[in-house]
Amino acid sequence: MLKKRIIPCLDIRDGRTVKGIHFEQLRDAGDPVALARQYAAEGADELVFLDITATVEKRKTLCALVSRVAKAIHIPFTVGGGINSVADAIQLIQSGADKISVNTAAVQRPGLIGELAARLGSQCVVVAIDTRINAGQQCVFTHGGRQATSLFTTAWARQAAAYGAGEILLTAMGKDGTGSGFDLTTIQEVCQAVSLPVIASGGAGCPDDFKTLFETTEATAALAAGVFHFGKLRLPELKAYLKTAQIPIR
Amino acid sequence: MIAIVEYNAGNIRSVINALERLGREAIATDDEALIRQAEKVILPGVGEAASAMQYLREKGLDRLLPTLEQPVLGICLGLQLMCRFSEEGTTTGMSIFDTVVRRFPPGARVPHMGWNNLQQQEGPLFAGVDAEADVYFVHSYYAACCADTIAVCDYQLSFSAALQKNNFYAAQFHPEKSAGAGAAILKNFLSL
Repeated sequence: MLKKRIIPCLDIRDGRTVKGIHFEQLRDAGDPVALARQYAAEGADELVFLDITATVEKRKTLCALVSRVAKAIHIPFTVGGGINSVADAIQLIQSGADKISVNTAAVQRPGLIGELAARLGSQCVVVAIDTRINAGQQCVFTHGGRQATSLFTTAWARQAAAYGAGEILLTAMGKDGTGSGFDLTTIQEVCQAVSLPVIASGGAGCPDDFKTLFETTEATAALAAGVFHFGKLRLPELKAYLKTAQIPIR
Repeated sequence: MIAIVEYNAGNIRSVINALERLGREAIATDDEALIRQAEKVILPGVGEAASAMQYLREKGLDRLLPTLEQPVLGICLGLQLMCRFSEEGTTTGMSIFDTVVRRFPPGARVPHMGWNNLQQQEGPLFAGVDAEADVYFVHSYYAACCADTIAVCDYQLSFSAALQKNNFYAAQFHPEKSAGAGAAILKNFLSL
């Protein structure tokens, strides 16, 4: 049976791991390679690295980091942040990333998803969607959550799938960093809108949140950052808890 | 020397890294002579079947690979190219394994992405590997079970998780990304 994946996310700024509350007030959470190695050893099913300050000058630093991570761990990992072109993506894949994630650039130019899928295969292309209620509807936000768009979240997920996305990473911004549980309604809406794997993100605070997510939605993976970095939740205990609760877990 | 067949398809870095973690060096090449001399040959791959086959044909590797006598390991797309035919881009393959590659039918989420357990493993590739070991898959097409199937996986239906015929081995999952179980499988291949 296919297992539900638990994915620690490492937000990277200037080569360090950070984690914000509601995407701001960043706190330092350590060396990404050391954390990656620790999470892999503790049973993480996959990792995601989001470079939240990706700029052209910093691209080289990111590639160097990706290459160090790829040597250190033997589980798959995704890298995102500032990927604007197929060339950017190829650099990261050649450095050793298994998948790349696009967000703002895909909203601005959805054709990018198709170009990436054609060159790298859909399985390499994660479309990350930051969602929040705007005028009563779940809408897509870009630029690290700072800019609202007129796109409805489920419609954009469907469109991303049609362009060739291989996976959707859905972050409920209103929940992010709060530890108050996943946004089950929005997650399930997106799961029903697409037939791709969906990674749920935003709001994980305790083991029961993961259990509820997997029992009440079709999400295939759960992503969290702060709860892991600051030791509030340990992967082995979380996975043991979910196994006991009959959730299919590696 | 271990040759990793380099063809226009994706991430070979992770295969090289995995071999390095096992203390072995590999070279990535599409050179016929180097591949022929290699002690072991790995055909990795993420990418699209028809364009990958096209590249192998342009380099004459579609004819070379089936004639190799050293152990050969196809991974993911590599496995699919070693079959008779793939629905992806409707392409013929190298016909090493007598089976066909089809797209998962509608009903489950595709790609089949994540950790799934092996079943009914047999042969030296799986020596010392747990009977229900979880390994990492990411694919939208699958090789149907056949006489060469040496491990099965279930996702909507049963498909070939691994195949073997004589010196030809292939894994639909990514041993290079499958933590301890994957490392054990790669190590078994290296000691064939």
